[in-house]
Amino acid sequence: MDVETLGAIGGAMSRAATPLALAAVGELVTEKAGVLNLGVEGMMLAGAVAAFAVTVATGNPLLGILAAMAAGMLLALLFGVLTLSLMANQVATGLALTIFGIGLSAFVGRDFVGTPLTALAPIHLPVLSDIPLIGPLIFGQDPLVYVTFVLVGGVSWFLMRSRAGLIVRAVGENHDAAHALGYDVIAIRYRAVLFGGAMGGLAGAYLSLVYTPMWVENMTAGRGWIALALVVFATWKPWRVLVGAYLFGGVTIVQLHIQGMGGAIPSQLLSMLPYLATIGVLVLISRDALRIRLNAPACIGKVFHPES
Amino acid sequence: MRTSIIRMLVGAALAAGLATGGAQADEPTKVGFIYVGPVGDFGWSHQHDQGRQALEKAFGDKVKTSFVESVQEGADAERVVRQFAAGGYDLVFTTSFGFMNPTLKVAQQFPKVKFEHATGYKRSANVATYAARFYEGRYVIGVIAGLTTKSKVVGYVASFPIPEVVSGINAFARGLHSVNPEAQVKVIWVNSWYDPGKEREAAETLIAQGADVLSQHTDSPAPVQVAEEKGIFAFGQASDMSRFGPHAQLTAIVDNWNEYYIDRVKAVMDGTWKAEDTWGGLAAGMVHLAPYNAALPADVVEKAEAVRKAIVDGSLHPFAGPLKNQAGQEIVPAGQVLADDKILSMDWYIEGVQGQLPK
Amino acid sequence: MSRSSRFITLEARPEPSALWVWAAPLLAVGLTLIAGGLLFAALGKDPVAALAGFFLKPLSSLYGLGELGVKAAPLALIAAGLAVGFRGGVWNIGAEGQLTMGAVVGGGVGLAFLESTGPLVLPAMMLCGALGGMAWAAIPALLRTRFNANEILTSLMLTYVAQLLLSWLVHGPWRSPSGFNFPETEMFGPAATLPVLIEGTRLHLGVVLALVVVGAIWVLLGRSFIGFQIKVMGLAPRAGAYAGFSQRRVIWMAMLLSGGAAGLAGLFEVAGPIGQLQPAISPGYGFTAIIVAFLGRLHPLGIVFAACFMALTYLGGETVQMDMGLPLAVTGVFQGMILFFLLAADVLIRYRIRLGRAASAKAL
Repeated sequence: MDVETLGAIGGAMSRAATPLALAAVGELVTEKAGVLNLGVEGMMLAGAVAAFAVTVATGNPLLGILAAMAAGMLLALLFGVLTLSLMANQVATGLALTIFGIGLSAFVGRDFVGTPLTALAPIHLPVLSDIPLIGPLIFGQDPLVYVTFVLVGGVSWFLMRSRAGLIVRAVGENHDAAHALGYDVIAIRYRAVLFGGAMGGLAGAYLSLVYTPMWVENMTAGRGWIALALVVFATWKPWRVLVGAYLFGGVTIVQLHIQGMGGAIPSQLLSMLPYLATIGVLVLISRDALRIRLNAPACIGKVFHPES
Repeated sequence: MRTSIIRMLVGAALAAGLATGGAQADEPTKVGFIYVGPVGDFGWSHQHDQGRQALEKAFGDKVKTSFVESVQEGADAERVVRQFAAGGYDLVFTTSFGFMNPTLKVAQQFPKVKFEHATGYKRSANVATYAARFYEGRYVIGVIAGLTTKSKVVGYVASFPIPEVVSGINAFARGLHSVNPEAQVKVIWVNSWYDPGKEREAAETLIAQGADVLSQHTDSPAPVQVAEEKGIFAFGQASDMSRFGPHAQLTAIVDNWNEYYIDRVKAVMDGTWKAEDTWGGLAAGMVHLAPYNAALPADVVEKAEAVRKAIVDGSLHPFAGPLKNQAGQEIVPAGQVLADDKILSMDWYIEGVQGQLPK
Repeated sequence: MSRSSRFITLEARPEPSALWVWAAPLLAVGLTLIAGGLLFAALGKDPVAALAGFFLKPLSSLYGLGELGVKAAPLALIAAGLAVGFRGGVWNIGAEGQLTMGAVVGGGVGLAFLESTGPLVLPAMMLCGALGGMAWAAIPALLRTRFNANEILTSLMLTYVAQLLLSWLVHGPWRSPSGFNFPETEMFGPAATLPVLIEGTRLHLGVVLALVVVGAIWVLLGRSFIGFQIKVMGLAPRAGAYAGFSQRRVIWMAMLLSGGAAGLAGLFEVAGPIGQLQPAISPGYGFTAIIVAFLGRLHPLGIVFAACFMALTYLGGETVQMDMGLPLAVTGVFQGMILFFLLAADVLIRYRIRLGRAASAKAL
């Protein structure tokens, strides 16, 4: 392994991790407010197709990204109406949202299959991007990689340091107490769910505009589920979401490199590595039972009704 | 009692549906298709659906086609095939290897219906099989790769280690070595037929490991896109992907079922249909090469065309002896060619391909 | 304070409404027919024909009814197992992986006894299928009870591992020597294949056995002490702890039971309609079953209904693709809509809708 290969691995890792981290950090806020939305895959697909369609139509990827976030929020709103206003079961509604999102995105995207699109170019900082190893990893990435860091930092600050974030956590921890204190539990949860939708949509936009600028049906290929698992992996801590996404992306890229070197291990067994590594690291960081219990929102998935 | 009520309702509903369409005096030939992926995969199933649309164009209202997409190769397949057979279809194309056993089972129950199974090896009185000799096209692109690579490392993004993919890798390597003996083929398996993200990661990995020409046996244009981005060359798969890499795509292996489907439907109409096996390649037009990239030097195009023509007229066989496996054992002696059934069941790499196949 | 918008207020009922338990699904079906009709009409299809094709045509023949059973049985079996865990607050979402391992282990037994004609091959396969699913579910159970690792993540990740393991087996060591090296194992012999019960259909013994197991789970949940413990731990873990119930035991029970049920479902798929091991065994039954469990309100009887309904939406989707040229995407949208209506209608069981601005809760 020379420095250049390590740099390539680092660059590829951060790109593979970005959609996972975006979707996961949105879901983390949703779950911190006490709502479990399993429809991440559906929201990502809606975002991916909206971003692609709008960018093709207008030629403006920024509009595409905004459309993706709007599409993700629209699906999240549907989820919110069902689970928050009509108090439907969150697990089932989230899964139904994924089915709906897969179908809807395929339907909307039918005319875009086989349409090319120019990708958002990575930012090339002369000198800095050319530093071996650090260059490709830290500089010379596409803008959304940096935006992801900012978003994760922002979410971390918001939840841990801001008054509004404290209220969100209180609502997820004990909605009856928060209600008794006069907070509008449902309104706060709506906002958290919508934020989750926007992030899921943004993650989808990253896939269809930057990562692989195209539209093919079901192009998220299960990344929404990985994002859901990463929230659990992170024990509901924003920075750990990023660590988890980079770990998962990193192991994925490394196993491909091992394959490319022509090892004797069957590729299926190598492909298991990212999943096994995530389990292994989770086991390592989960042993402190008390601290995890403090992080997990106690009211997650529970229906709130002020009279009950 | 209850079923009869349901039957009546269905009958009424269907009559309502038919009343708008109107019945014709001479019935159109009904042709059904069952796809393993979505028609929006831009790959395997998409190309079969292009063939279905070619039927509509060619026969107009003499033919009625329909399809069911994304049918899993498990318990669902038999039901869908049977539904076509029971629904008055004359000819049913089952377009994935995993539909083989369900197709044969249903064909036994419906001897009057004709079936065509893609890429399988079992036939019966009313089940024909068909496939394309993709390896012929892959030999040609191997030659182009050999004349193009400067790093002498060529990358190959592969899906699953099935014979069709393995024989494609081997034919590619043979073409490569015929003009560039030191060049090596690096293979990465993504264990998916199409997952743009994973294909991209595999392509990036191959480039990081020195590949300056990419080939793929997966369905999405992601590897071609990566090649375009990194300023190297690639070969498209299933359809012409030059839109996704106008500078990068040198040519593409195009699956072309259109003429075959038209011929087979015509045979059904004429009453000349037989349950035979068709395994056509470049000569039959089932495998096409997309237009060569304008940037390819004239001598490379000339060489590629010469090789293509030699395969078409039979003077060149991609697996002509002497052919050795990875361990250097001679499998085919000089003067002979690898038999079709051996190509159809290929599960070993030839000399000069890196890596190991699961045993 | 009750939650109120300007016109509509949801007011909790003192008791869940017995009427709406049955009426809610009917209301949902009604809404589905209207919305579906509008959807199909917007796509330029005859709504009546499309709806009839979707909901009636699949059931208009004996074969179709058999197919409903073939499709619904694995869903009901897995969902019934999962429901036990969901009631106890144990989140096994890796049933798809446990199904795969059940098929692998149970199918492996079938491959080991290809020549055998003994009557014990099939029971041995079923036993090993259930054990394979259990073993795969035991990993998350162990990691949760021993290392406190959340079972949502571990069970999901292990699903991918199981599918890759199956892929490796059928592409490699277990590949049939007579199949041109295609990724499939030998076909199981007659002794290792579930017999078809009704001639002219695919309704096999596994469908009936699945129902028997669902019934057994019902009895276990309703009548046994462990069932009681699971329910208490789900509703009030603290109270359960006071009563001396062990959460560890509940986790193990729930995981093993749901894993075993999923493994058995996987074995039924390969020993029934498929007849061999191949790379694709289940069209996502393990995930769909989670919806089925909640649609059926975590109750075995409700789950059987929900599984049949869910199965019907898949069959109907195939039918309208074939007969009307509606793409799969449309049936996905339609399926999502049906589920939304069903889930939303459930609110009427526990809440009353009041029109007009409601007074505060105290005034009632």
